[in-house]
Amino acid sequence: MEQILTIKKLAKYFDTKMVHEDVNFSLIKGETLGLLGHSGTGKSVLLRSIIGLESIDRGEILYRNQRIDNLTEEELFSIRTKVSYAFQSGALFDSISVFENIAYPLFEHTKMSEQEVDAKVMQILKIVNMEHARELMPSDLSGGMQKRVGLARSMALNPEILLYDEPTAGLDPINVEMVLEVMRRFKEQGFSGIFVTHDIPAAKKICDRIIILDKGKVRFQGSVADFDNSNDEFVKTFQIFD
Amino acid sequence: MLSKLKDNLILVGDIFLFFKEFVRCAVTGPFYWSRLMDQIVHLGMGSLSITIVIGTVTGLVMTLQFGFGLEKFGGTLYVPAIVSISLLRELAPIFTSLLIAGRIGSGMSAEIGAMNVTQQVDAIRALGTSPIRVLVVPRVVATMISLPLLATLSGFMGIMGGLVIANVEFNMPPGFYVNKVLNTIKLADVFGSMFKCSFFAIVISILACYRGFQTKDGTWGVGNAATWVVVRSSIIILISDFFLSKILLLMFG
Repeated sequence: MEQILTIKKLAKYFDTKMVHEDVNFSLIKGETLGLLGHSGTGKSVLLRSIIGLESIDRGEILYRNQRIDNLTEEELFSIRTKVSYAFQSGALFDSISVFENIAYPLFEHTKMSEQEVDAKVMQILKIVNMEHARELMPSDLSGGMQKRVGLARSMALNPEILLYDEPTAGLDPINVEMVLEVMRRFKEQGFSGIFVTHDIPAAKKICDRIIILDKGKVRFQGSVADFDNSNDEFVKTFQIFD
Repeated sequence: MLSKLKDNLILVGDIFLFFKEFVRCAVTGPFYWSRLMDQIVHLGMGSLSITIVIGTVTGLVMTLQFGFGLEKFGGTLYVPAIVSISLLRELAPIFTSLLIAGRIGSGMSAEIGAMNVTQQVDAIRALGTSPIRVLVVPRVVATMISLPLLATLSGFMGIMGGLVIANVEFNMPPGFYVNKVLNTIKLADVFGSMFKCSFFAIVISILACYRGFQTKDGTWGVGNAATWVVVRSSIIILISDFFLSKILLLMFG
């Protein structure tokens, strides 16, 4: 089993406030890893640290055995085309259309012609069921639609790893299913993902393994079956939301 | 007191580092030409009408005041020289720069600030691109191009406004007025004014972009950033104008 991403002894502090003290785990190629934890345990901070949007104070982050936590901002650019981040809010550029949002990374990082970009954007929009929204502005979209477009944009460059920051939060059940379907299709193509969520049923549907963060450390790590069968009192507090 | 001084020194250091990063990105590729053109249209063309109005009205008022003041001493014939030199060297660059600080500086910091608080700046980074290259370089360069041209236009409109008043109020023949203006102003006055405006453009746009990137605390932070930029850049423009004028006078007389 090829480890595509490894986190070793990661520590992160905001001033004196500890967020992570000693986080260790690996992501195996092709798997989707569920990252659970109570609010404020640093799940999103961990995702941001992986792609270098936050610096870390100690430890190592390795992508394909290459250390990436000590790279400069410009050196990280090529890593960010392979490890993509889907923001919780979508973080769409609000002054340009849906099409331009998704085309942005394609124009920046590929030598595709305008016709090829057009075709690629339509292909991605089809995956997230948003073909009709091509010319709309982000302000014309609902929260769920914005998340789907954000997800589409993060997939545009066919990254090897997609970091999902609560993609189902605040969505109605239909939109949740749509987002999960998109994640499932991405997974079926052999890509890996880390799924930060509070939605335990969604995590169990999509993820191969589950990790629970608590007090700056990995408190639980195992398969979905291990999670279901765990007798740990702390893990049980998550099982009751299932 | 000491901690406030230390904070201000850290702020100045941060702004210089930000400027250094801007220079590095501006002189190395990739460069976003279409974004630069968009910004020139947005900043420059968008400020055209207000610049023309301010320049013209300043020329009208100055000619009127100087004309009536100097008429008592029989010095009306000096009005074209006084109006043109003061407009080109000082009033047009200062008024236009203060106008741009208010209109463009505040808008720029609010726009980038809003992008920052809605994670759009993070999204630019997460998509493997540099926010300095994408957002800052086109804005600063566009301001550096637009502001000197706007100030020159403002000065020209002021001189034209002066011509109208000199003719209507003081019966000065247009040919005499134009001749006096051309004999007074030198090319160095125009280039000196453009040099000053380029410096003011850097001050306004760098402060605006820097503050935009530092914006937090939601909508309150965005509004606060806009105010901060207008106040700081106006103060720096007014103070630095004295020193720049002194340097230009020493160099070109």
